[in-house]
Amino acid sequence: MIWVNQVVQGVLLGGYYALLACGLSLMFGVMRIINLAHGALAVLGAFLVFVLAKHGLSPWVALVVVLPVMGVAGWALQRVILERSLRAGELTPLLATFGLLIVISNLLFEKFGADERSLFPYIGTLGYDSWTITKQITIAKLYALIFVVAVALLGTLQLFLRHTQLGRALRATAEDPDTAELVGVNSSAVYAAAAAIAVATAALAGAFLGMRSSFNAYSGSDQLIFAFEAVVIGGIGSLWGTLAGGIVLGVAQNIGAQLNPQWFLLAGHVVFLAALALRLVLTGVGVRGGFRALVGEHA
Amino acid sequence: MRVRRWTRVSAVSTTSVVLLLIPLAFVPAVLSADAVDKLTTLFIYVILAAMWNALAGYAGLVSVGQQAFFGLGAYATIRLSQHGVGVYPALVLGALLAAVVAVPISLFMLRLRGGEFAIGMWVVAEVCFGLVILDKSVGGLTGTSLIALKQYSPNDQRAYNYWMALGAAAVLLTTLFLLLRSRTGASLQAIRDDEEAAASVGVRVLAGKGIVFVLAAFGCALAGTLWLATSITFQPKSYFGVEWTAYMIFMALAGGLGTFEGPILGAIVFFVIQDQFGDNGVWYLVGLGAAAVGFALLLPRGLWGTLQERFDLHLFPVGYRLRRAAT
Repeated sequence: MIWVNQVVQGVLLGGYYALLACGLSLMFGVMRIINLAHGALAVLGAFLVFVLAKHGLSPWVALVVVLPVMGVAGWALQRVILERSLRAGELTPLLATFGLLIVISNLLFEKFGADERSLFPYIGTLGYDSWTITKQITIAKLYALIFVVAVALLGTLQLFLRHTQLGRALRATAEDPDTAELVGVNSSAVYAAAAAIAVATAALAGAFLGMRSSFNAYSGSDQLIFAFEAVVIGGIGSLWGTLAGGIVLGVAQNIGAQLNPQWFLLAGHVVFLAALALRLVLTGVGVRGGFRALVGEHA
Repeated sequence: MRVRRWTRVSAVSTTSVVLLLIPLAFVPAVLSADAVDKLTTLFIYVILAAMWNALAGYAGLVSVGQQAFFGLGAYATIRLSQHGVGVYPALVLGALLAAVVAVPISLFMLRLRGGEFAIGMWVVAEVCFGLVILDKSVGGLTGTSLIALKQYSPNDQRAYNYWMALGAAAVLLTTLFLLLRSRTGASLQAIRDDEEAAASVGVRVLAGKGIVFVLAAFGCALAGTLWLATSITFQPKSYFGVEWTAYMIFMALAGGLGTFEGPILGAIVFFVIQDQFGDNGVWYLVGLGAAAVGFALLLPRGLWGTLQERFDLHLFPVGYRLRRAAT
């Protein structure tokens, strides 16, 4: 029964990972950028909510302020840094976003110090409430809420990509930016929109991280690695795949931790490497992310 | 037209750098202890910068996980020394062991491209870290120290560390120089510029990348073992920290990615910054990160690359030059 519980908790954790990862996946799919600052941006979002919550605002209200702000930050990030770095070649976005990761996490450290922070004290009884399923399986309401939000957000993104004008422009640009330009898509506006969505969802994930557990100035690196692992395990270019990947990662970590508390991270990494190995065996070469698989294939 | 490799400037500069090794070898006998320690640190930075540049600047492999080898080298040295291997041989052997570990890793990781390789390497570093802290004989997270060094007096340690670091930097730079001048060097740059095109004209892409990957792993591991020799303590978290890669990226970018001389200049710049501002802790790291972004965006060729472009300066001839033949 204790194992069933670990699986259940792992699935719920996987929802959080999917939420964290969907922005990373979107940016990789559309702009072919792996944003190494993704996790740091999530943690930045968590700190912003934390500051507002400390000033008496409910974290939920704070999110209403923080998410648009982070969206604008994502838009600016694309316009000021990423757009320029994309022109300079394949390696430059990696170098620039890695530099950004160092800047953001150290600025956060400068401002907030090394302390672990949590949003837990600001969400009332939601932090404690749970449903008892059996003696050994309890489901925290907060964890369930995060999972539901993650699934809803992924579904909304999927619908948005398939049915809206901007969504179609995003998919077209992901497929072939030059041709999309020819038929009148403004690719730099599309990229900026994708970055805005990605950073806002990262900030939302960061806030949930703060509610579920705790974070510090340097938590961004771990969050980036988790997000990336979820994307790769689930198969690049598929939002539902990212959810599946997040769940596999979460379950692996929880089962690892049940065996030995030190194995939480290690078990996740091992599953990630195994998924990579499997993919290499199946395809022979590294898969270049195809965003077309996101909606096109199973439409 | 004639193809030339050496110019008068490059012949003079290469010879003078080689000759510079002679006075450098006598530094421990002449300069103060503090100066010797600082130069040792500088040599370690030069190794790290040159190795990261070999990966990214010549093979197009951006790795954010080179701390894996830095840490593994130090870890292997500790274990070898615990098993009775002499402490200075253990520094080299430890690095060699890390390079051996890099071979299977390379077979796997080199099939990934771009950002996937970058973060994949980071995960590899995290896995290495996770496994090392499970090992009780190095004290888990708390770490341990290279006790065997205590058999040497502080002065001897200082001199030996210095000579080891100088020798390691000289050997690694020479190896890289010869590698880049060889056929492999040309094929590597072809891979970096366009992997598919290179493969289509018969370049063995994986083999070329593999050589650089293992060389860079060895170099970073040797830097790690030398760092262990100078600092004596081994704390897994600091050896496997991603900040090592941040330093490497900064040095290579600031100096000039894809130039032979650039990373050496970058290491000197980094060393001076570290010496002047290292005490400012966090702001210093913020500055490094911001400078890396700035160099990537505004001065992508780095300091040396920009100078090279303006003055057509090549101190170490790793490329080919076309000259109109004398009639």
